[in-house]
Amino acid sequence: MSDLEAFRGETRAWLEENCPPTMRTPMTSEDETVWGGRREKYTNPEAKLWLDRMGGKGWTAPNWPKEYGGGGLSKEEAKVLGQELGRIGARPALASFGLWMLGPVLLEYATEEQKQRFLPQIVRGEIRWCQGYSEPGAGSDLAGLQTRAVLDGDEWVINGQKVWTSFADMADCIFCLVRTDTSTKHEGISFLLIDMDQSGVTTKPIKLISGSSPFCETFLDDAKTPKDNLIGRENGGWEIAKKLLMHERTNISSGGFGGGGRMTPIEAVAKEYLGEVDGRIGDAVLRDKIVAHKMRERAFGLTVKRSQAEAKAGEVSPASSIIKYIAAEMNKSRLEMLFEVMGLQTLGWEGDYFSDFGLGTTRGMLRSKANSIEGGTSEINLNVVAKRVLGLRDHQ
Amino acid sequence: MGMILNEEQTLLQDSAREFFKEKAPVTALRALRDEKDATGYSKNLWKSMVDMGWPGIIVPEAYGGLDFGFQGLTIVLEQSGQGLTASPLVSTVLLGASTLVLGGSEAQKETLLPQIVSGDLTMTLAIDEGAHFNPAGIALEATAAGAGFVLTGQKTLVLDGHVADKIIVAARTSGSAGDRGGITLFVVDGNAVGVSREKLAMLDSRNAALVTLSNVKVDADAVVGEIDGGFCILGQVLDRAAIGLAAEMLGSMSEVFDFTLEYLKERTQFGQLIGSFQSLQHRAAIMFSELEMARSVVMEAASAVDEGSAQVSQLASLAKSIVNETANLVTREGVQMHGGIGMTDEHDMGLYIKRSRVAERTFGSAAYHHDRYASLNGY
Ligand SMILES: Cc1cc2nc3c(=O)[nH]c(=O)nc-3n(C[C@H](O)[C@H](O)[C@H](O)COP(=O)(O)OP(=O)(O)OC[C@H]3O[C@@H](n4cnc5c(N)ncnc54)[C@H](O)[C@@H]3O)c2cc1C
Repeated sequence: MSDLEAFRGETRAWLEENCPPTMRTPMTSEDETVWGGRREKYTNPEAKLWLDRMGGKGWTAPNWPKEYGGGGLSKEEAKVLGQELGRIGARPALASFGLWMLGPVLLEYATEEQKQRFLPQIVRGEIRWCQGYSEPGAGSDLAGLQTRAVLDGDEWVINGQKVWTSFADMADCIFCLVRTDTSTKHEGISFLLIDMDQSGVTTKPIKLISGSSPFCETFLDDAKTPKDNLIGRENGGWEIAKKLLMHERTNISSGGFGGGGRMTPIEAVAKEYLGEVDGRIGDAVLRDKIVAHKMRERAFGLTVKRSQAEAKAGEVSPASSIIKYIAAEMNKSRLEMLFEVMGLQTLGWEGDYFSDFGLGTTRGMLRSKANSIEGGTSEINLNVVAKRVLGLRDHQ
Repeated sequence: MGMILNEEQTLLQDSAREFFKEKAPVTALRALRDEKDATGYSKNLWKSMVDMGWPGIIVPEAYGGLDFGFQGLTIVLEQSGQGLTASPLVSTVLLGASTLVLGGSEAQKETLLPQIVSGDLTMTLAIDEGAHFNPAGIALEATAAGAGFVLTGQKTLVLDGHVADKIIVAARTSGSAGDRGGITLFVVDGNAVGVSREKLAMLDSRNAALVTLSNVKVDADAVVGEIDGGFCILGQVLDRAAIGLAAEMLGSMSEVFDFTLEYLKERTQFGQLIGSFQSLQHRAAIMFSELEMARSVVMEAASAVDEGSAQVSQLASLAKSIVNETANLVTREGVQMHGGIGMTDEHDMGLYIKRSRVAERTFGSAAYHHDRYASLNGY
């Protein structure tokens, strides 16, 4: 038996023993997602147990090094773990911006002391992080950000406003891009970690077209953070910021999209709502649209698989923009199609006349419009591909 | 694996790339076209390909082949697509050798496969009869006569059909056009009495022929596989054909993309490189993304064949349909981004768009494969 097969055996046995029964059923709503942090309510105690066990073993971050609380697994072992989790239909123990975005750049850019301080908390889901990048005047042109940080003795003092900060009202800490030099653009940005549990930080939820409020305006008024919460060099934050975006894009595309209904088999819904003719989806035009979509989805899945096979464990590149671009556009068209297929059922906003599924699809369709905006718009991702992958130049 | 080439496959890819760059650049196809070459491919080039061992790439060692695997063949096909190389690789190997390997009797394999490997025999497969690819719709009649059969009817778009030494003819022995049952495959000598063949002057300057059979007599041992049961073999061969051709198209499309990208980086208008205009940058980025997807499906489908996966048919339809759509996009955008120069016969762009349109239709259009994929999945 190879080492890998031995690892599979041990993993299977461990999961059998440690994954609680209710963590092996599909989630019925996004509310069941466990984000961790100081304010997590854990309505289901087994969710807490599952997180504690997985976090304790470092398997929420399978390929981070053991010394920072991670699982220390090789790329192959991490893949086996993923397969075994999939086999029993285990829910993710933890959803986390810390795992997906912050952690990977800390591993690359933070000091030893910072890694020890921040990474294990992320692995165990003790601290929930949010992302303070965008500002009212700096979206796609992110480097135009104006939030100012000034060093005052042992502390940074931060003033400014962030916007579209996802889950800021639920997060404990924020990783923030701040301006530390106003005389230049990209070279005047620093990457700071800030605890939000202080009077200098306030958040105000913003309501989306889908009716929910998953993001906020975040105000920083004389907010303070210790001097050594600066990651990397002062004025060296832009490189870290871009790297983090690549991790974000890679992650978003492999399943982190808002919009829901990911698991809904659109072809089965189509047969139900459009009827069947000789065992086929009743409407020939929609059938072809659905098939074309299913085929693209499969091609996309294979492309993700291929890019993962090509990359070293945890490595990202500007090519993540290709994946993000396709995934965003595809998820939007999937939800538009589901929306169309269900006919009248998706034309409601609320009330008993409409099914929960119909109402959910409608809101999902609306929410999915953000897929090509969040984490960098489709246009910006195409810019990245054109310039950094294909080597095309700007106007001179 | 499959999604990543192994060391041997990478070596094969490198040597194939070198080979076609040096021996069969796109100027070779242009010359065949301009000289109205009667054979339609260079026999010398084919001989060199034989020396590389490529006709035997999917042939088991017992019959003198390399037994390198189907993905190996797709690697060579992809490289042959870069310069639109005309050769009997598709007709003789992808179609002919595949049919024999999958369905041939021991005697057929023993006599024919070594000759394919040694370059002494070229073959092809005759399927199409109507305006659209429809393998179940085969109507060419084969009636039992004595110990053998008599074949009468017409086949079109027979690749290299005007010169192939032997033609595997898919004929109807029972049932009616549209039935999957009742189709039988026969190996027919290209020069048999009653066979007349006409090279068609194709849009892409590649080889296809109209083959007419009138009362062509064949012996019982000409049957490949079971009488009336040919569709089963044919289906598997056509899956491989779709994947192999998709690989060739991928090679051609990568080439179009590469020279189009080059052009974006050298042509100046308004005092700017045209590649600095965002409308072109985005469209180039989209083409690139689509090509990445096309590559993934071709690699997955090719390795599924080697793994004997039950998904081969689905993946064949996936690969051909995605590659068809990508090829259509890349050639449309390629010609547009070149402006007037791309419309000239002198520029290679035209050769690629012409080849693409023929290849898109060969072994099933995107529409055909959408429908097939849907049916296979019960949509
Ligand atoms: C659901 C959601 C969650 C989000 N979560 C977070 C978060 O947690 N943290 C955070 O910091 N931010 C977050 N964002 C913000 C997101 O990153 C920005 O909205 C995004 O970068 C676009 O910026 P903008 O909204 O200012 O739009 P703009 O930049 O003003 O863009 C408007 C339009 O112009 C186009 N455009 C802009 N520049 C160019 C160009 N150079 N070439 C071509 N077209 C261009 C854009 O593509 C877009 O179509 C979130 C956004 C959404 C919708």
